Amino acid sequence: MKTAQSVLAQFSAQGVETCFHDRHLGAQIYAGLNGNNWRLKDYEARGGYAALRKILGKDGSEPLTQDQVIATVKESGLRGRGGAGFPTGLKWSFMPRQFPGQKYLVCNSDEGEPGTCKDRDILHFNPHIVIEGMAIAAYAMGISVAYNYIHGEIFATYERFEEALEEARAAGLLGDNILGSNFSFQLHAAHGFGAYICGEETALLESLEGKKGQPRFKPPFPASFGLYGKPTTINNTETFAAVPWIIRNGGQAYLECGKPNNGGTKIFSVSGDVERPGNYEIPLGTPFSKLLELAGGVRQGRQLKAVIPGGSSSPVLPASVMMEITMDYDSISKAGSMLGSGAVIVLDDTRCMVKALQRLSYFYMHESCGQCTPCREGTGWLSRMVDRIEGGEGRPSDMDLLNSVADNIQGRTICALGDAAAMPVRAMIKHFRHEFEHHVAHKTCMVDALV
Amino acid sequence: MISEATRARFAREAAKYPDNQRQSAVMACLAIVQQELGFVSPESEQVVAEFLGMAPMAVHEVTTFYNMYNQRPVGKFKLNVCTNLPCQLRDGQKALHHLEHKLGITMGQTTADGVFTLQQSECLGACADSPVMLVNDRHMCSFMSNEKLDQLVDELRGVASATVTETS
Repeated sequence: MKTAQSVLAQFSAQGVETCFHDRHLGAQIYAGLNGNNWRLKDYEARGGYAALRKILGKDGSEPLTQDQVIATVKESGLRGRGGAGFPTGLKWSFMPRQFPGQKYLVCNSDEGEPGTCKDRDILHFNPHIVIEGMAIAAYAMGISVAYNYIHGEIFATYERFEEALEEARAAGLLGDNILGSNFSFQLHAAHGFGAYICGEETALLESLEGKKGQPRFKPPFPASFGLYGKPTTINNTETFAAVPWIIRNGGQAYLECGKPNNGGTKIFSVSGDVERPGNYEIPLGTPFSKLLELAGGVRQGRQLKAVIPGGSSSPVLPASVMMEITMDYDSISKAGSMLGSGAVIVLDDTRCMVKALQRLSYFYMHESCGQCTPCREGTGWLSRMVDRIEGGEGRPSDMDLLNSVADNIQGRTICALGDAAAMPVRAMIKHFRHEFEHHVAHKTCMVDALV
Repeated sequence: MISEATRARFAREAAKYPDNQRQSAVMACLAIVQQELGFVSPESEQVVAEFLGMAPMAVHEVTTFYNMYNQRPVGKFKLNVCTNLPCQLRDGQKALHHLEHKLGITMGQTTADGVFTLQQSECLGACADSPVMLVNDRHMCSFMSNEKLDQLVDELRGVASATVTETS
């Protein structure tokens, strides 16, 4: 007799398609994973926790000072992997280490940016790399307590992370006097329950305090007023996961994996119209054409039309631009978009851009927290207008009006969700205005839309 | 009233936070309530509020802000299908329509026998697994072709009718 559990277990992802495909380039975070080797002993067999031992002086060498750890991370060129791309070492140096009260470290695993699914595979198949990265960060900033806030939708991953925490505690890698040193560090897991906005760092802090996830005005920044009003550093899951390799191999070696100002490898989640959607860990600075090739190329031999290169909030770029750029913060920024969270949404030549924007605009309306008027009202307005264009009710003045509404949201809200709703609209109209005009004039699509 | 077992689960979550910040455990406690009772009732909010030392309205704010809390009873199996753009490009919308057709309901509704509730959902963070769906908040089902959707619905229906037979 089957139980609901056993029925559902048949449909659980195994990571074969998305992570263990052996099509990474110079993988560091995903290296050597197979789905069955996520436990502590396996991680240690891959060299895990050697970096923590090294900074604590438990591998026979001198311990590293806090300044040395931060300097190494600065030298590595590691930039935030969650979306903003802020230099990690610099962020760590903002933490007032001498502050006498409690300080907190927070990992942002609230991965809900449409297109992004990399942190889930890290946490599910290599949870200890995040624990080790967080322990090193906590040591460097003199922090004794941390939380990992995990997307509520990946509950099995949350439960696995808790299991990994238990393993680490039992082995003396978390808790009081880690490995016999005088460094003590407590790490706990928390979960969300369905709110995109909690990926914004101050909304995440509110949520972690047990409240509605409504973003806080900045300044003050979390480094001075964070969790429970205490100094707090927040980094993305992948950012922490990059740290052990940097400590083991040095900042310079990490920097050399990528390109100047864009150090290391980055995991790109490729979704949409490709043959092999999945996560691909590649050096920053790899040409987009190479990434597309790793992902099996455009589906069914169709032509590439456009790419949203950094998650749904980043401006769309046409195929001709994409095929010329390399995948790193500076190159994508120069092309007019953002590397963001590394979510690459690929659209082929059968896709209607109005319909694509319609779904995204609905999403931002649905997820606006309602705190700021321009976003609360503006996202609904944008969504209703794109709806009417798609539905054949559009007016010739609508494109300019869409731009105007987007202009009046962008830069006028507490957090970046308003900008995230506005940017796709402006970029879609900028690059594909003719499709919107066609919809208005002919009340139908230019392409035989399958979207 | 809550059972000792539930109280122990609450306590385990609250222990993660400083003594004067027990409110931080509200999300987890509400998720536990939902897992055990199927939804979050005003009475459950009251229980959580008392356990954590919060105002009941503060708990209600959390229940109503986050998408995944059920504010009223749902079917035995709640199916949330992601239809956001990356999933839409890979048949997410078609999966939702297939389920609507198969279950004879539209999204947002519950089947007459109370077995299934069907909902459209926003990004589940598993975009490369599309079509993807979440069952009862905690079970992610990946690569859900129409054949797999049929299999899932038929087998869960079998589980539901077996439980009814056992208890009657």
